[in-house]
Amino acid sequence: MTTSRIDARFAALKAEGRAGFVAYVMAGDPSRDEALEILRGLPAAGADIIELGFPFSDPMAEGPPIQRAALRGLKAGLTLKGTLELARAFRDGDADTPLILMGYLNPIESYGYDAFAADAAAAGVDGVIVVDCPPEEADPLTDALDANRLSLIRLATPTSDDARLEVVARRTSGFVYYVSVAGVTGVKEAQSASVAPAVERVRRASGLPVAVGFGVKTPERAAEIARVSDAVVAGSVLVDEVAAALEAGEPAAPCVLAKVRGLAEAVRGARVPETV
Amino acid sequence: MNAIIPNQYAMPDADGRFGPYGGRFVAETLMPLVLELNQAYEATKGDPSFQAELDDFLTHYVGRPSPLYLAERLTAHHGGANIWFKRDELNHTGAHKINNCMGQILLAMRMGKKRIIAETGAGQHGVATATVCARFGLQCVVYMGAADVERQSPNVFRMKLLGAEVIPVTSGRGTLKDAMNEALRDWVTNVADTYYLIGTAAGPHPYPAMVRDFQSVIGRETKAQMQARRGKLPDAVVAAIGGGSNAIGLFHPFIEDAGVRLIGVEAAGRGLEGPDHAASLQGGRPGVLHGNRTYLLQDEDGQILEGHSISAGLDYPGIGPEHAWLKDIGRAEYRAATDVEALEHFQLCSKLEGIIPALEPSHALARIGEIAAEVGQGGDVVLNMCGRGDKDIFAVAKHLGVEL
Repeated sequence: MTTSRIDARFAALKAEGRAGFVAYVMAGDPSRDEALEILRGLPAAGADIIELGFPFSDPMAEGPPIQRAALRGLKAGLTLKGTLELARAFRDGDADTPLILMGYLNPIESYGYDAFAADAAAAGVDGVIVVDCPPEEADPLTDALDANRLSLIRLATPTSDDARLEVVARRTSGFVYYVSVAGVTGVKEAQSASVAPAVERVRRASGLPVAVGFGVKTPERAAEIARVSDAVVAGSVLVDEVAAALEAGEPAAPCVLAKVRGLAEAVRGARVPETV
Repeated sequence: MNAIIPNQYAMPDADGRFGPYGGRFVAETLMPLVLELNQAYEATKGDPSFQAELDDFLTHYVGRPSPLYLAERLTAHHGGANIWFKRDELNHTGAHKINNCMGQILLAMRMGKKRIIAETGAGQHGVATATVCARFGLQCVVYMGAADVERQSPNVFRMKLLGAEVIPVTSGRGTLKDAMNEALRDWVTNVADTYYLIGTAAGPHPYPAMVRDFQSVIGRETKAQMQARRGKLPDAVVAAIGGGSNAIGLFHPFIEDAGVRLIGVEAAGRGLEGPDHAASLQGGRPGVLHGNRTYLLQDEDGQILEGHSISAGLDYPGIGPEHAWLKDIGRAEYRAATDVEALEHFQLCSKLEGIIPALEPSHALARIGEIAAEVGQGGDVVLNMCGRGDKDIFAVAKHLGVEL
């Protein structure tokens, strides 16, 4: 299932000869209104694609930063329904930026696959990443997403061999998210040298653009990844800005958006178009 | 739909499903590991040399078979069917957990793994894992909720004596669920050398089937012992349920024996009507957590709720997927016992039988009187005494207002 906003954005990035910057933020972190302010500021700050996390009580693939962000989101009362309302509020002011929901399966199970897919599409969501729903378990959810023209975006990892990549690429669209390290989010940093060949393998297997994430914390690191991938994802470092702002008693949005600007600029400046 | 056709019960299917339950809901990083484990287990379980090695350790190290004991005074007290205890509390390390750990550690070694991780609630699975790791010289890391570290300090000390590293988990409410999250985070980080030794018949396929198979020694022995002692099958078999491994181990060999009632007892905590219990089957609904679809304690948004039980070993918001299936098809019955009832029967069993039970089987003991009455005099009910109460005496003393 192709999704026009995601495909259009990657086509535009290709035409510009640069990688995209994907910003991950958590719904309701630190509050519904501030999360909306952050979301609305992301495109101007340089986010080409937005991943909006929906909180789950047991995020077992996340490191401490996103675990804490999920807890803040839950404390702010953000349910999956609330996340969809947030997505719709964002979409009302931005017709072009792809918006991907990212989280765990149980809230979606609880909501009901068909109802979720229909409501997400109506809210202007373009795709969904479900961390604990591997291809073997994904057909019923994929059916519901397909019927509503939403992409199911899959994760590929350092443990995915070529045979596994074929399975991962099945019924996926939009792009593939390459998790560059074996680990939880926001802790380890991948060896840059290992990322380029892995991205090539994933591109070949899927025929889709490849976004790379996990452990991207600095502009230098973002630029390194941008040279060898189609998009760079940063998440933990952004939600940590929310935590730092809360601790300092400052508004969160300016801190997060300043961090996004720095990372996005590094991604934009990473490649000289004629060399790619 | 209660009909289980003899020799037809072959759950789970190749994808690890028990009807709609089970499956493999893990992060993609773990999928190759889970598939590798399944392959290794399939290749190993039918290997006679593996079974011979396991049987030898079960006999000479664990102390199997465990006795089947007629609890005469408890039987007389309740005045119904004969009450038998399957004495799995007499196993090395004092609970049924070692049955599974011995099986999995032999598999882990065949897979060439050097580092073992585990989650633990009451600490019994942590102790059993630390024990087999010590026996075979493997590195052992046990994740334990910080609250459980507090309430089960003797087991924490035991694990350390056995050479394990015990990592207190402070996320969530610091109980078994959070320990399992942290163990999964460790596994996803240490994919090359680490074996995750799950302690209950839950998690991604093949764990629910594999743990059940290793625990089924309980039910197989019970069947043979009851035949030898009474020349018949029991009328009912009864076990406490947290994740459900001791219960499924007892139930499984009887699933196709339609005349044998299978009865699980969940932890009702402070009562099923409020939020403070751990009865996933009776107070929860289906969802996905920790690698499988099963009954879960959860709110309307699908957020997982913290279970509560006086017993740290039952304090888990989920349940093994095979129990979910057995409940739905009506093959097994599920009841519950409160903290207060468990405490009462903990004391009753100690006084009448000279056996101090763990708080987990004390929940089953709380229902055994009524089950014995339903079956009636002359019948036979078997209760799995899945753990001994030494680890609980401090917690029980506290609840009884006694200072040790």
